Amino acid sequence: MGLAKRIIPCLDVTDGRVVKGVNFLELRDAGDPVEIARRYDEQGADELTFLDITASSDNRGLILHIIEEVASQVFIPLTVGGGVRAVEDVRRLLNAGADKVSINTSAVTNPQLVADASSRFGSQCIVVAIDAKQVGDHWEVFTHGGRQATGIDAVEWARKMVELGAGELLVTSMDRDGTKIGFNLPLNRAISDAVDVPIIASGGVGNLVHLVEGVKEGGADAVLAASIFHYGEYTVRQAKEYMRDHGIEVRL
Amino acid sequence: MTHIAVVDYGMGNLRSVSKALEHVAPGHKVLVTSDPAQIAAASRVVFPGQGAMPDCVRELDARGLRDAVIAAAAEKPFLGICIGLQLLFEHSEEGNAAGLGVFAGKVKRFAAADMHDVEGAKLKVPHMGWNQVYQSQSHPLWRGIEDGERFYYVHSYYVAPEDQSLDAGFSEYPARFTSCVARNNIFAAQFHPEKSHNAGLKLLSNFVQWDGGN
Repeated sequence: MGLAKRIIPCLDVTDGRVVKGVNFLELRDAGDPVEIARRYDEQGADELTFLDITASSDNRGLILHIIEEVASQVFIPLTVGGGVRAVEDVRRLLNAGADKVSINTSAVTNPQLVADASSRFGSQCIVVAIDAKQVGDHWEVFTHGGRQATGIDAVEWARKMVELGAGELLVTSMDRDGTKIGFNLPLNRAISDAVDVPIIASGGVGNLVHLVEGVKEGGADAVLAASIFHYGEYTVRQAKEYMRDHGIEVRL
Repeated sequence: MTHIAVVDYGMGNLRSVSKALEHVAPGHKVLVTSDPAQIAAASRVVFPGQGAMPDCVRELDARGLRDAVIAAAAEKPFLGICIGLQLLFEHSEEGNAAGLGVFAGKVKRFAAADMHDVEGAKLKVPHMGWNQVYQSQSHPLWRGIEDGERFYYVHSYYVAPEDQSLDAGFSEYPARFTSCVARNNIFAAQFHPEKSHNAGLKLLSNFVQWDGGN
């Protein structure tokens, strides 16, 4: 027995509430973030990820209060992302109780941020989120919640981010996000094979088979899902039992 | 009652550690401090740490904390966490750095290129996530914790003590490595008890009640 594959429920937070959309659109309210975090913790979640998708800068501070409250009650690793633009943003989130900070758009507009943040706080707390979409025969990095193409090859980008100091990569398939048809397995496999750091697969989970595929075929070290947990279709524990029954080592 | 000092030398987020200690020890004062006098006055000391070991040593010395930490490790219940375990040893491969030398031995890096699981899949470095911890000796800090319980790790380096009798717990990735050491009043773990859910809280709770003996 050895290291367990991780299940990470993801909470998209806007204006202090958890929401979930389809392809980053049509947001539905899913509840109070602290309450949801506690529920997943009790169900045996291995980590929690919060993505702050608050559009207005007025409400950006809300996420800090939410993280502070969760961190004083939930003793598993917490990752926070969304709107991280500067080393100071990373510091604020870590001080609020985040264990890892996820950098997305700013990694593209300012790759030095990844290097600076990881040299200051350690690569163990720097996650680079890669949003990728299939373009022709390869995958391309998109930013701004999937709206903006960058022309950057996603696998090359993954290598570069690890060289700069990313300790983990969160790979989201923009074609799949919110669709419930499963992860983009070739994308995850290509990135997992290209780097030494752990990969979190994200985008498209609709059932428990998808989680198993993400690990076995996609080479993921952790699987991230939102809607299958938010709306009570499955508990985290059910997901773990299913993975265990399919030969995957999990923490139960 | 005096306080529990969490040594702050500017490396890593100590909020998780202090929150978890407050959670398991509601009657105790938890002080995150970089003041050597507060460390000397504490009834017990937690020595955490994140980031690269050479930076940790430099920051520790920049704050004049080396002697206070070594003194605490010699006399009162002392819990090292993550880099706080590695720093107790003589030398690390990370940046070819000298540690505090409380224990003889080296800190080594996982050889990512040669590491595979039983099915032949590549193992990642850092070793990140929940792994089973096997207790190689009985210890007051293991009280109420099952042998083989999972704890949360995130690290690329591990300790190799010269004296195997220091080994208090180990994990496999894929080879066995020492993940906890214990000697007299010192217990130190590579994993993060403050992030290891109920098992981690239990270990912290045991530490808070520990008199430093066996």
